[in-house]
Amino acid sequence: MKRGCLAVALLLLSACGDAAPDPDRADLDPNAVVSGYAFLTPETQAQQDDDFLNPGFLWVDRGAKLFRSGEAVSASCASCHGAGGRPLEGVAARYPRIDEATGKLTNLEGRINVCRTRHQAAKPLAHEGEDLLALSAYVASLSRGMPVSVQLDDRLRPYYEQGRDYFFTRRGQLNLACHHCHDRNWGRSLRGDTISQGHANGFPTYRLEWQTLGSLHRRFRDCDTGVRAEPMSLASEEYLALELYLAVRGAGLAVEAPAVRP
Amino acid sequence: MNTIRIAAPRTAKRGEIIELRALIRHPMESGFRRGASGEVIARDIIVAFECLYDGEPVFRAKFFPAVAANPFLTFHTVATESGRLEFRWTDQHGAVFSDAADLTVET
Repeated sequence: MKRGCLAVALLLLSACGDAAPDPDRADLDPNAVVSGYAFLTPETQAQQDDDFLNPGFLWVDRGAKLFRSGEAVSASCASCHGAGGRPLEGVAARYPRIDEATGKLTNLEGRINVCRTRHQAAKPLAHEGEDLLALSAYVASLSRGMPVSVQLDDRLRPYYEQGRDYFFTRRGQLNLACHHCHDRNWGRSLRGDTISQGHANGFPTYRLEWQTLGSLHRRFRDCDTGVRAEPMSLASEEYLALELYLAVRGAGLAVEAPAVRP
Repeated sequence: MNTIRIAAPRTAKRGEIIELRALIRHPMESGFRRGASGEVIARDIIVAFECLYDGEPVFRAKFFPAVAANPFLTFHTVATESGRLEFRWTDQHGAVFSDAADLTVET
């Protein structure tokens, strides 16, 4: 009898565990994945398509300069990544990933700061500062047109689940999850805007609303503030995990950084 | 560090109408916005732009607080002689940001 109870309990447990996916937590259909570019007005699309009209290239230019120049005390990025070194084309499409030295999840901005402290004897740059935006815009622009392709492994899986959980968790006074707008209602109107699927392939992005270039984490903070939730800090573990979830969710989309968005 | 981007043809035929484009990184802070703690953010704008073709002005513009950040201009001029095109922005404090491009005119 006792054994029978245990068997029933185990059955119940496995049923909750994985067998039946929660219909309220269904991922975006991979066949329906479409870049935020598709939801732009023709005028904004034209602004992104022309590398001169795209104001994001102000940061790309500046980033390219910083990349080559280095600082008084340290070597430049180009001295490692230049001719004959480790080229950075396509690298941004594979972030976020695990930093081998610390075993922690890191994104492109984090990796740039790791390079600075570990290899260049330089101080890490402030998040959302002009220099880090410029360098990340430049490095991300080297992967333009390449498909986002983050491969999940055992070390990334827990972060992925954490990010996925963030995406599906209701928060804020409006009690909305990312999922409610970006999975269930994309393509529909939210005040003056068309709701996109919320992909990360265009970041760092020049937002017309910001009148400047900004990182994905700044965008997350905007969304969290929009549903009147307490935003997380830039480069927090929650946002890094969310970034990872979005990279997997938007796999195959072409990198558009620096994109132009309303 | 004010990043400037300029698009100008390197060569043109004499008498040809050429398109010039100029973009500058600038916040164009209007002076009407308030910060997180309610304080007024001071106005900080570019007030004037001019393009000099061999020292002679061929295009001038005045900017006001309603102009967006990172102002972008497109304008045209007629290629007359080989020479230097200088693009100059002046902010409200009198600071000048400039860049130049050389144009070769073929007959």
